Amino acid sequence: MLEITGLTAGYGRTTVLHDVSLAVPGDGVAAVLGHNGAGKSTLLRAVLGLLRPRAGTVLFQGEDITRLPAHRRVRRGLAYVPQGQQSFPQLTALENLRLVADGRRDARAAVDEALDRFPALRAVTARRAGLLSGGQRQQLAIARALITRPRLLLLDEPTEGIQPSVVAEIQETVLGLGASGLSVLLVEQHVAFALRAAERYYVLEAGRVTSSGSRGEGAERAVREALSV
Amino acid sequence: MTVYLSQSFTGISIGAVLLLIALGLSLTFGQMGVINMAHGEFIMAGAYTVYMLQGPISDAGVSLLLALPVAFLVAGAMGALLEWLLIRRLYARPLDTLLVTWGVSLMLQQLARDVFGAPNVHTSSPDWLSGRLTLIGGEDPLTLAYSRLFILGLAVAAVAALTLTLRRTPLGRRMRAVVQHRDLAEASGIATGRVDRLTFFLGSGLAGLAGVALTLVGPIGPTMGTNIIIDAFLVIVVGGIGRLRGAVVAAFALGVLQAVMEYSTTVSVARVTVLIAIVAFLQWRPQGIHTLRTRSLA
Repeated sequence: MLEITGLTAGYGRTTVLHDVSLAVPGDGVAAVLGHNGAGKSTLLRAVLGLLRPRAGTVLFQGEDITRLPAHRRVRRGLAYVPQGQQSFPQLTALENLRLVADGRRDARAAVDEALDRFPALRAVTARRAGLLSGGQRQQLAIARALITRPRLLLLDEPTEGIQPSVVAEIQETVLGLGASGLSVLLVEQHVAFALRAAERYYVLEAGRVTSSGSRGEGAERAVREALSV
Repeated sequence: MTVYLSQSFTGISIGAVLLLIALGLSLTFGQMGVINMAHGEFIMAGAYTVYMLQGPISDAGVSLLLALPVAFLVAGAMGALLEWLLIRRLYARPLDTLLVTWGVSLMLQQLARDVFGAPNVHTSSPDWLSGRLTLIGGEDPLTLAYSRLFILGLAVAAVAALTLTLRRTPLGRRMRAVVQHRDLAEASGIATGRVDRLTFFLGSGLAGLAGVALTLVGPIGPTMGTNIIIDAFLVIVVGGIGRLRGAVVAAFALGVLQAVMEYSTTVSVARVTVLIAIVAFLQWRPQGIHTLRTRSLA
């Protein structure tokens, strides 16, 4: 589904990612684990095209998308839920969803489907997104990303900064997305949850992949060891 | 009493002109944060559009009404071209944008001098705008010029159309989304570059409309835009950047204050008073009349 080869990227004079290679299988979940500042979010931004890589290629469904602008990657089937429950704060929750559905033939149905997935959002559709709680905003962010009916979802720490009562709900959603046949590239700090969701894992340390493998016996220990170095 | 009513109406009609000019800026400056010094020349382009149309079309009424959409398109196209050629390359550099668009402003003024000549030109007003509406007759009459009423109507219609566009249409949603969170908009599949260009087209087109309105109250000349553009920037800053409602309140407040002060003092004293009032107001409320309220701006 997604194949990243030799990706090097950064901001200004700082290089954040060094020669990163990884793959997300079709119909599967791959997780990227690492400490704060390891380059996990930068990796997702480069995959989506919000950050232009200095070297390397990004193949999506066999096609080279390295030079495409982000909005065209989204039209090809990529979707992105950034870190920190981001939304368009002055738009209502409904507008946040309609914005993405606009121009689609099934716009109304797509918005309805998104609201069916997160029934809690139905009660707050008229409220400005900036006034929603963190959990609601994260549900809104995932709903917004799914409206484009993506093939691959880039999820950046979906449970970070969310009140504990909603964390389990969002984790269930993520597990459900993986099971529904959507490919997911998940960035996580919670090792146990990441390994429950993902078939493949990659450990990112200071912008380099230092360890990778498949889910299974010993995987959690291997990851924790890689992270403690 | 009627004198003050009549002065207030003059103020409201000054406010309506200010509002028409400021509306375009509320998009390009208020929403996108671009200080476009050539905005005044888009006003001038709108005004010269009326002049040009009065050549082949002798009926002043028809040419005026036809000039409204044509001026909108002409000024809008100029704005979109300017955005595409220069401004989009300078988005993170406000000072450079200011200097570059100032240069464009000077070039457009010179172009107008070369094409239309340096002296002001005049257009004829249609007959149905030349009279005055008498509200109170007698010795102390209160009358309103039809041309001023037309401008007021145009301003109200433009505010309504812009509000509807921003609130109710897919384009409006996209424009607001790009302003609020550019990266997230791009990541949601919105072609942000195209939205920028369309925003600039609309904002500059509104300047063209303002230019048409200005032909009803004054002469047309190469520097007409520059003379009035500073006031429009003041309206946006006082109104609260990015807030349409604030711009409406600020335009009428400044217009009425100016007109009432002009009546009780002189034009220059009124001007100084208005500017001092603005400075004092911004000391007290630097964010303007209306401000954004949100729990999270992320």
